Amino acid sequence: MTDTPRGYSRRDWASHPPLIAPDYRSTQTRGPTRPLVPLAQSLSELTGPVFGRESLGALDNDLTRNGRRDGAPPGESPGEPPGESPGEPLGERILVSGQVTDEAGRPQANLLVEIWQANAAGRYVHQTDRHDAPLDPNFFGGGRCVTDDAGVYRFHSVKPGAYPWGNHDNAWRPGHIHFSLFGPSIATRLVTQMYFPGDPLLDLDPIFLAVPAAARDRLVARFDISLTEPAFALGYRFDIVLRGPRETPMETTA
Amino acid sequence: MSKERTKPGQTPSQTVGPYFAYGLTPEQYGYPFASIATPDLRRPEVAGEPIRIEGRVLDGKGEPVSDAMIEIWQADPQGRYAHPADRRSGADRAGADRAGAGRAGADRGGDAALPNIAFGGFGRCGTGTDPERRFVFDSLKPGAAGDGQAPHINVIVFLRGLLNHLYTRVYFADEAAANARDPVLRAVPAGRRGTLIAARDQDGDVAVYRFDIHMQGDRETVFFDV
Repeated sequence: MTDTPRGYSRRDWASHPPLIAPDYRSTQTRGPTRPLVPLAQSLSELTGPVFGRESLGALDNDLTRNGRRDGAPPGESPGEPPGESPGEPLGERILVSGQVTDEAGRPQANLLVEIWQANAAGRYVHQTDRHDAPLDPNFFGGGRCVTDDAGVYRFHSVKPGAYPWGNHDNAWRPGHIHFSLFGPSIATRLVTQMYFPGDPLLDLDPIFLAVPAAARDRLVARFDISLTEPAFALGYRFDIVLRGPRETPMETTA
Repeated sequence: MSKERTKPGQTPSQTVGPYFAYGLTPEQYGYPFASIATPDLRRPEVAGEPIRIEGRVLDGKGEPVSDAMIEIWQADPQGRYAHPADRRSGADRAGADRAGAGRAGADRGGDAALPNIAFGGFGRCGTGTDPERRFVFDSLKPGAAGDGQAPHINVIVFLRGLLNHLYTRVYFADEAAANARDPVLRAVPAGRRGTLIAARDQDGDVAVYRFDIHMQGDRETVFFDV
């Protein structure tokens, strides 16, 4: 960690979606209508909960293993041949990794990243998900990891499927992974969703499209052959930028 | 890693969605996954006045929201935050710098540099498990931080249908004198201040503060641009 800054930059509303985005129907009754009241940042906002590696369980960063219920107990034989381990969840194995930085480009080391997602068939284990697609007895969908000294996180999973929702006629969410990060203070808190490149549902999704057009591609992971593990998992890179220190001067293009 | 020559933009926010519980509040909802934070912030080794914060999240139709997640972040009863940026915690300057030098310090058992860390001060509660769709936190009443602000609890609101999390604060109705001097409350239009002040009730030894969050309407809660 570098020194705690005296303040954090404001949320950049050219990057974030509006609080009421009419095409995403439930924002109409759930987004506040009055302007946010400016708040001078004090110790209350310059601090936040500190979660590091001590908050991780052994299999938290491997969603292909932490939900297994059939066959071998989880945590065994990391070198087992692919495709032959009992109790393996169905789906296309993926490795997701990226660097977490602040707006000044400084790596954000030893910070918690929480993730949750649907299974390969587009079904969440949540009790209220009624989508008529199969649950996978060997896939849970929740996990977490912590960034290393270079701000890099990584976890294994299976590629989440698309799922239908009630926003409008024939509405489908593109496959996505939910991310939750704290960063160094509550001011840098971020909850977002990562999408996959080339998904035709992106152009039809009012949640993704609520983001200003210029910032949308920041939510789409890049397929990365160098991250891809031979004969095991496809690699996707998803870098994340948190709010930075307020006093950092803007760097301009050289 | 390639050198960024331009300032990279903030990663956009997206809604927490309806199905956050097994990832973010698993123990509360009965999922087989350890929670990093719960609705109970009390610690046996930390003395203070026990309080309960309870309330509902109400949408624009006045309906209670069953898929909201509330996070709270607060100082301990002495007004200290469990974070390296709080240097009034009794640690000398060098100790605070050590603590700030790396979160890895906590991994190495370096808590000694942070005497206030016993009280974590962070809690999470979803509104999907209570029959009345309330969030309920058990905690200790925070002290004043000594910067002119009245005692308060910082609140972060997430829900399906909310594309950006929102910040608000719980102030305590029985701190009227401190509230009257609080610079944050004073910056809020007088007619809206009441949305931030929780009424106090007593349940045995526990002070119960009621704090409903109105997303819209005449009583729309004040949310801050932090």
